[in-house]
Amino acid sequence: MVEERVASLATRSIKREAKMWALRTAISMTDLTTLEGMDTKEKVRQLCHKAIRPDPTDASIPSVAAVCVYPNLVGTAAEVLGGSSVKVAAVSTYFPSGQAPLDLKVAETGRVVADGADEVDMVIDRGAFLAGDYVKVFAEVAAIREAAGDACLKVILETGELGSYDNVRRASMLAMAAGADFIKTSTGKVSPAATPAVTLVMLESIRDFHRNTGRAVGMKPAGGIGSAKQAIRWLVLLNETLGVEWMTPRLFRFGASSLLNDLLMQIRWLETERYQSPDYFTKA
Amino acid sequence: MGERMAVRKTYKLYVDGGFPRSESGRTFPFVSDDGSEVVQISRASRKDLRMAVRAARGALAGWRGRSGYNRGQILYRVAEMVEDRAATFAAQLELGGSSVSGARAEVAEAADLLVWYAGWCDKYVQVIGNMNPVAGPFFNISVPEPVGVVGMAAPSAPVLRGLVAGLAPVISSGNTAVVVAAPAQPMVAITLAEALATADVPAGVVNILTGFPEELAPWMAGHMDVNAVDLSGVHPEALSDLEEAASHNLKRTGRWESPDANLYRISAFTEIKTVWHPKGR
Repeated sequence: MVEERVASLATRSIKREAKMWALRTAISMTDLTTLEGMDTKEKVRQLCHKAIRPDPTDASIPSVAAVCVYPNLVGTAAEVLGGSSVKVAAVSTYFPSGQAPLDLKVAETGRVVADGADEVDMVIDRGAFLAGDYVKVFAEVAAIREAAGDACLKVILETGELGSYDNVRRASMLAMAAGADFIKTSTGKVSPAATPAVTLVMLESIRDFHRNTGRAVGMKPAGGIGSAKQAIRWLVLLNETLGVEWMTPRLFRFGASSLLNDLLMQIRWLETERYQSPDYFTKA
Repeated sequence: MGERMAVRKTYKLYVDGGFPRSESGRTFPFVSDDGSEVVQISRASRKDLRMAVRAARGALAGWRGRSGYNRGQILYRVAEMVEDRAATFAAQLELGGSSVSGARAEVAEAADLLVWYAGWCDKYVQVIGNMNPVAGPFFNISVPEPVGVVGMAAPSAPVLRGLVAGLAPVISSGNTAVVVAAPAQPMVAITLAEALATADVPAGVVNILTGFPEELAPWMAGHMDVNAVDLSGVHPEALSDLEEAASHNLKRTGRWESPDANLYRISAFTEIKTVWHPKGR
């Protein structure tokens, strides 16, 4: 059922004007991400400048929503992004495994917020979830919610490890009930990452949660979204499931690294009618 | 049992080592010189061109990374495969109006051209490159390197020899190619694709599209991921527009009237890199 619905929505043809709007909107929804062991301050600075001004030759291109980095690099990102509209997002809670004691996760979260993170991307304890210890998972999310203070809290379910759509829905509901501002598919370190089908299940959970509680929770697919074409399909899913109120960076994000340049290339292709080359776009 | 049903070949595109139909589903008819044969040929669209450029870009690092000697071996192998298909080529050239002897001669000339360029693969650097005299204790060395992805509009006559005369020098130095075949005799180009596919030329190094140059060449010339174009096969009146489109990423452009062996067709699609190296006292 889920797969069929996703497949039928993927065949939509998006015409020029709507496509241009979708490409620009997708840029404004992007959490430009670098989560590698070899990340350096210089790389993060470069990424932050790109986040503020994605295309140095075109000032009309919007800034991205946020830059997402490891805790060690939060200060560096905050330095560059201070005064811009771009938020600093930090992964926390011993990303990507989350296999650490709760007090350490709480301390880490407090630290990244103190260092300047506006947003915290936490991971749930999948081991506890799969063992049926939902109370522990709920309590952890609630504890991190408190530790994050006013920061926007995104809860990563790591759907690639959850095994079934039922589990994805259960984890979504659990995370939202415990205070998540966003639910997020994946760390990007596990395959499969964000699939359209999993996204649809999560969007429907958000819809039902909103119906029951009146609270609007955001959605962040992350991992494996590299092309503008995919991004547009995600926006179709979003619009069909949650409607136009959710088509804002406040309630929808793409976690991605290579997606941004493809969006820029597609915009320039629409503008110039010349097929583009990555040679002429700045590296992320 | 009745009369056997004919098994006719479908002529398709050659992209990334495979033989797909055009994504557009379009075809155009080839009518033989005497009107006795009609064959439907795939008519490539700009999206097919885009896929072909992507394949050529993907194949570039591997192909230019091979030794010149190895590329030479593979080009020689292409010559063998052309020779092996001599009868097929000749029959197709005759459908286009060549005489029997003219067709045979053209196939032989095409195979000879491939052998000639095969020989240059591991020699052009020494001949085109140079050690430059400089004032200082340095070696100053200029070497030609392949420019990258080369687009090509193949000439319509002589169709096989013209195609080989354009393609062989481009790939001999390590470039990859996207060819728009001449629409007058497109089957010859697809038979050459079959020779390439069976000659250890890696997938994507050569991509051949059948269709109309007037439709495809503007997209090729404007494509920012194409580094050079050989416009030998386009109508002279279209040249200035195509060269203007090619200028957006400073593409090399070239055009040759003669299908003869020519070392400068190799150097035309290379970029000179000059390095300084300390010589010591």
